[in-house]
Amino acid sequence: MKLKIALFSALTAAALPAFAQKAPEAPGGKHAAEAEQMFRSSFRADNPKYWMTRLEQDETMKTCQQYRDNPPRKLGEKLEKLNKATIRYPVDGKLMGDWKEGEKLAAVGTGGHIGFIQPDPPGRVRGGNCYACHELAKKEVAYGTIGPSLHHFGKIRGNSDEIIKYAYDKIYNSNAFSACTNMPRFGLHSWLSPEQITHIVAFLMDPESPVNKD
Amino acid sequence: MKQSMLTWAVSAAAAVMAGFAAPVLAQDSKVADEIAKYREALNDGNPADLLEVKGEGLWSQKRGPKNASLEQCDLGQGPGKLEGAYAALPKYFKDTNKVMDVESRLVHCMVTLQGFTQAEVTKQWFSKPGAESDIEALVTFIGAKSNGMKINVPAMHPEEAKMAKMGEYIFYRRSGPQDFSCSICHGQEGKRIRLQELGNLTTKEGAGFAMKTWPSYRVSQGAVWTMQRRLIDCMRQARWPEPNYLADSIIALETFLQKTATGTVMETPGIKR
Repeated sequence: MKLKIALFSALTAAALPAFAQKAPEAPGGKHAAEAEQMFRSSFRADNPKYWMTRLEQDETMKTCQQYRDNPPRKLGEKLEKLNKATIRYPVDGKLMGDWKEGEKLAAVGTGGHIGFIQPDPPGRVRGGNCYACHELAKKEVAYGTIGPSLHHFGKIRGNSDEIIKYAYDKIYNSNAFSACTNMPRFGLHSWLSPEQITHIVAFLMDPESPVNKD
Repeated sequence: MKQSMLTWAVSAAAAVMAGFAAPVLAQDSKVADEIAKYREALNDGNPADLLEVKGEGLWSQKRGPKNASLEQCDLGQGPGKLEGAYAALPKYFKDTNKVMDVESRLVHCMVTLQGFTQAEVTKQWFSKPGAESDIEALVTFIGAKSNGMKINVPAMHPEEAKMAKMGEYIFYRRSGPQDFSCSICHGQEGKRIRLQELGNLTTKEGAGFAMKTWPSYRVSQGAVWTMQRRLIDCMRQARWPEPNYLADSIIALETFLQKTATGTVMETPGIKR
């Protein structure tokens, strides 16, 4: 009996902080609306319109900001569903491309820089820049650690159709699986074409790819 | 003399870099050690020291339509008081009714005391090969006057507190074709982009480590960068349009970061990748 009460109070004590804990205040607090206005008015008036569209936020971006990239699960699930619905596939339906092309794309970190000071020259190749955040092939030692290691990605998981589709979907729209992840939504923003994504999938999955071979 | 010292510093940097690239970069800690050694070696001849001397000259030289020096410029500690001024900025100024950072305040002084127009003063706000920037030199000089002092931006004034909150808002704001925010790369501990270590700017330690060494000579750019330049380039890297020089949103970010870094001892001018 005594033990039961002790156990009960221990449990409630442990549960209490979870109830008492309020979600952290949204960034900016009561000044958020004014901050948004200030941010938007910080740019030159002669910025091309298509540059300024890069400041727009969709529902995912707004919600992620508001919750400091840690939304309540229910909202997270809603965003994941929303993002899942955006995924588009190559016309021929083939999700495994050429791993050699994928290897090149994984290393390219240029492209997409705008502005008056140091923009990318027109036609500059735009890559996936996977190595900025992930370990992939063993031979490339200059890899980042913001994302998990993807070394032996296919070797560990096998190359079933489900895994291939998962890899494609994740690169196309990372938020379909974990809302507010750090990873960009490469397909959604047309940063990479569906075909380019299939090449990166092959780089991850193909047994001959250095990701799996070494 | 100036030129030879610079050449020396650059060739020393190249030598150290070559030595640092040779061994296989197998272990992360080893890489970090080598980078630290490289920085140490460069510290003996930081090209920013030359700019600091130039800035000192510009500070006391009578210039502009009013033929006045900057010696009566109030950077927040009273007219002409430079010690610790950089470490205590951004700050609210009554005369302009604005929170200003070191660069916006300096420009304000060049306009009001020396009679330059804002456009003249900010035309060359950063240097390009063969075109030096007076602002870079002056900010390096002003920054050095806070060396060894603690960053001190508690943001107690309501306008400062508000500015820090607005900076926080921008820090977490996600947008653009890569879904970036500052927080994506600078909101976690112990992460790296490629081989570059990333500080967690939401902690005192991380923000302190980042803020204490600015202005900084950037070896990859061959120039001293001010905090405005640093943050505007972060926006470029995030694939956003670049904000205007001295824009309030940049001053807000600085206020947020300096507030978080408050208490950290300044080591400026710094030297970085």
